[in-house]
Amino acid sequence: MKTWFHQWGSAPYFYGRASRWIPWLSLLALGTIAYGLVGGLVLAPVDYQQGQGYRIIFVHVPSAWMSMFIYTSMAFAAAIALIWRMKIAEVYISAAAPIGASFTFLALLTGSLWGKPMWGTYWVWDARLTSELILLFLYLGVIGLYSAIEDKRSAARAASVLALVGVVNIPIIHYSVEWWHTLHQGATITKFDKPSMDTAMLWPLLSMALGFTFYFGALVLVRMRVGLLQRERYSRWVSDMLNSGGSAS
Amino acid sequence: MSLAEFFAMGGHAFYVWTSFGAVAAVMIINLIVPVVSHKKLLSELRRQASRKEGSTK
Repeated sequence: MKTWFHQWGSAPYFYGRASRWIPWLSLLALGTIAYGLVGGLVLAPVDYQQGQGYRIIFVHVPSAWMSMFIYTSMAFAAAIALIWRMKIAEVYISAAAPIGASFTFLALLTGSLWGKPMWGTYWVWDARLTSELILLFLYLGVIGLYSAIEDKRSAARAASVLALVGVVNIPIIHYSVEWWHTLHQGATITKFDKPSMDTAMLWPLLSMALGFTFYFGALVLVRMRVGLLQRERYSRWVSDMLNSGGSAS
Repeated sequence: MSLAEFFAMGGHAFYVWTSFGAVAAVMIINLIVPVVSHKKLLSELRRQASRKEGSTK
């Protein structure tokens, strides 16, 4: 466990591994998203209440899940960065935050595009929507703090503190549909119950969610490689790698 | 189901296709930008390295 931690904390080791993983994760993402799209747009039956418009959930729900999953992972990385001063964890936060912000934006956008035909309004200030909007501001805060501070180590510390404090918002988003009366419907898929959803809808949805996760994995590694190179441009391993040429692509 | 019916999405075409289009656009742009900047950074670092080598030798 300890050597594992050290290996992954080493920038050249991580860079090499990331380069090997990116193609596989991309391939997995492509396959699962392709199946999810065909299954969600073509094969899944029409919803008896919402008609064809319900198909927005095949991108809305995975985006919303990703927005919360990525933030939670950033909070874990922030704890690691603050306690052990692990550089990889700092790079992870700065690489993941823009992706998380994008998914939060997409969750809000697709949600309001679903809300217009279903609820009759693009936006209401209810608990679920408002807490998701706060999540977007938290992401933007983390990104802004990180880029505003010149010294990247102190920038990462400040961003980590915000990421860690902001994580209280995640359970609020999750339980908002139970704690408050909201327009947003409750969870369809829970750990403890059988999902209240037809399997012809459920499998494409889960496949999309899986695909978005693989996509995030590939993308965060791509972004982390750039972040690592930028930070370590004057270090030995970078010049060694450039000279050997092989693993740099 | 005909192709025209498929694109009409039961009258919800605008909402459905704007959603899917926006998600696809954001996800693709998000992927292209760091891949390009990775390539640029690598070639910039290579240039710097060769320049340094040239000056010391």
